[in-house]
Amino acid sequence: MLVVMSGARALMEALKREKVKVVFGIPGGANLPIYDELLNHDVRHVLARHEQCAAHMADGYARASGWAGVCFATSGPGTTNLVTGIANAYMDSSPVIAVTGQVSRPFIGRDAFQETDAIGITAPITKHNIQPSKASEIPLAIRTAFYVATTGRPGPVLIDIPKDVQTEVEEVEFPEKVKIRGYTPYPPIDPQLVHQAVALIANSRKPVILAGGGVKYSNASKGLLELSETLMAPVATSFMGKGAFPEDHPLSIGIVGMHGNPVANKLVQEADLLIGVGFRFSDRTTGKVGEFCSDAKLIHIDIDEAEIGKNKRVDAAIVGDAGEALSMMLKQIREGGFKASEDWGRRLEEVKSQLQAEEEGEGGLKPPAVIKEMRRLLPRNAIVTTEVGQNQMWASLHFKAYMPRTFISSGGLGTMGFGFPAAIGAKVAVPEVPVVDIAGDGSFAMTENSLATSVAENIPVIVVILNNRMLGMVAQWQRLFYDRRYSAVKLDKPDFVKLAEAYGAQGLRPQSLEEFREAFKKALKCDVTTVIDVPIDPEEDVMPMIPPGGGLKDMIEVA
Amino acid sequence: MDDISVIAALVEHKPGVLFKVSNLFRRRGFNIENITVGPIETSDLARMTITVKGDEATRDQVVKQLRKLIEVVHVEVLKPESLVQRELALIKVKVDSPETRREIMDYTSIFRGRVVDVSPESMIVEITGTPDKMDAFINLMLKYGIIEIARTGVTALTRGKASITTSYPLMLELGE
Ligand SMILES: Cc1ncc(C[n+]2csc(CCOP(=O)(O)OP(=O)(O)O)c2C)c(N)n1
Repeated sequence: MLVVMSGARALMEALKREKVKVVFGIPGGANLPIYDELLNHDVRHVLARHEQCAAHMADGYARASGWAGVCFATSGPGTTNLVTGIANAYMDSSPVIAVTGQVSRPFIGRDAFQETDAIGITAPITKHNIQPSKASEIPLAIRTAFYVATTGRPGPVLIDIPKDVQTEVEEVEFPEKVKIRGYTPYPPIDPQLVHQAVALIANSRKPVILAGGGVKYSNASKGLLELSETLMAPVATSFMGKGAFPEDHPLSIGIVGMHGNPVANKLVQEADLLIGVGFRFSDRTTGKVGEFCSDAKLIHIDIDEAEIGKNKRVDAAIVGDAGEALSMMLKQIREGGFKASEDWGRRLEEVKSQLQAEEEGEGGLKPPAVIKEMRRLLPRNAIVTTEVGQNQMWASLHFKAYMPRTFISSGGLGTMGFGFPAAIGAKVAVPEVPVVDIAGDGSFAMTENSLATSVAENIPVIVVILNNRMLGMVAQWQRLFYDRRYSAVKLDKPDFVKLAEAYGAQGLRPQSLEEFREAFKKALKCDVTTVIDVPIDPEEDVMPMIPPGGGLKDMIEVA
Repeated sequence: MDDISVIAALVEHKPGVLFKVSNLFRRRGFNIENITVGPIETSDLARMTITVKGDEATRDQVVKQLRKLIEVVHVEVLKPESLVQRELALIKVKVDSPETRREIMDYTSIFRGRVVDVSPESMIVEITGTPDKMDAFINLMLKYGIIEIARTGVTALTRGKASITTSYPLMLELGE
């Protein structure tokens, strides 16, 4: 049905059809018609204080909710400020829709005020981008954007709308469906390939499953659990896969990689078969890729065929949706009758109990203890986001995630400043659940202005700063690999308690583990954003770690 | 061993698509020998012929990464054994004597080329053929002095009835 309306109205109507209830953004000259139209619609707008934060909020919203997150920015500097957030979403396959204003059509290409080539700049960091050239093209552009962003391997999509297209009044039509001839999000799975994979499984004695972020995106956690229990195979996750498998399950061995769990890093090396599901052989996960599982057979399941063989050659590959692939495999395995090796089960027990013994006896205001305390005080479905650096690695090692979409972190781009705005986005998506950002002082300082959003918009989250007054991870590398020559890593500003108070948030500074416990309980009860500034030893290292350029076998367990 | 592969792609015939394709090559560090593009008369698609240097794994990545672009509708690696490859070049050569002119004209006719422009000091020769043939001809011209060359890059089709424009609708049905 054709209706006459402006481009801006068509945009808002189209967003509503995609069930968009909230948008994160900042207005400006080139998107004023959109912001004016916003007043006519029942869509919540969360005002960010920097477009990077708006994009991270949309990203956090997407990762927590499982639906796309939307952000708005004006042209030029608004768009370029979004770039870090969009790249972050791209690297972690998160469905973020960015709607940017553009200068009017007659000005495009003339270096007009606040003109930037949004399409050119974002082409390498988006799954797709579109610049509608008429108001009537907007509904299809938005349908396409959501369809592309949320299907197959998810990813960000940018829509760049010239200002005069926003005001142009035209007959528009809202399409029900899109058909894009160059896009097949769910390639049908070839049963022959499943067969090959199952044959490798039948011949294995020591299988390990490695689950990545793809398991979460395809909601395949149930299939993963069934596969591991059927095979009695330990499950490791990549950093992005954390939460895809409950970390308190007896078969869970934690995350593998540079700062992986020693149990995972050991067993992955001993495996004779690695079943990788929805993960991309990232260098942080594999260490030196040539050495990674070099004696084992490899099965790789991924929705993105370009990931197959990109970083590592594999013995069997299944291109398709992880959930579907897992259920096809399970069916064949059950028909074939697989017998798990008891020796392998015993080995898992042995490695696990060794590690538990080593772990006892930590106390004081040390990062692992603080994080474990948080886990005890939080419900199972609480959401944790992290910043980047030591805080992130401590969180991934010591905060056990039990469900998908409860551990949200910047894995691919490693963006300092991601965690706090992402926490705000997650809280908007799932308001009934506590949301905590585990932060470093350096990272938090990068997007601390989101405190204004958090307080003004009444989106209460908790920020726990593991404050070493250092760019800690960089300092750790300088300590370990540069002979303790500290270069540009010391920080001592600001006072985060006062900063929080300046924004109208609550600021707390515990001096012992007991005080931390009390502070955290207080934060959980409080309905305003709380910043808990936890002073920690600046010399603390994240261990274990694999030195840069090393393989899993080069893991250092204590400094 | 670095092999040469010829890839054909059907892409949306819209502004910005060539940029996305070439930007992809740059970003991923693929070594592209050349790329030719032309619209397909019978549809709203354009056809690209892309020559890639690299091992099999590189070629596979090029194909898979290309397929990921929404604007790329269909990609095929053309079978080397049944490939017809052609390139066109215009070559401007120095001429300093009637003998030179005679020689160049002889070579041109041996290579089935055409002289398309003549001046007292130069001539332009038009030549089509496989990249090998082009190279051979250019080598022969070197001794006279080449003033300028414009090469189009390779374009290619597979022999026989098969065609990517006919196999593409088939692919669509499979994808449904
Ligand atoms: C935007 C950005 N700039 C620089 C870096 C490089 N970098 C990685 S970790 C790190 C230090 C992080 O310090 P802090 O946030 O205090 O956390 P800590 O390691 O102390 O826990 C830096 C600078 C980065 N990841 N992101």
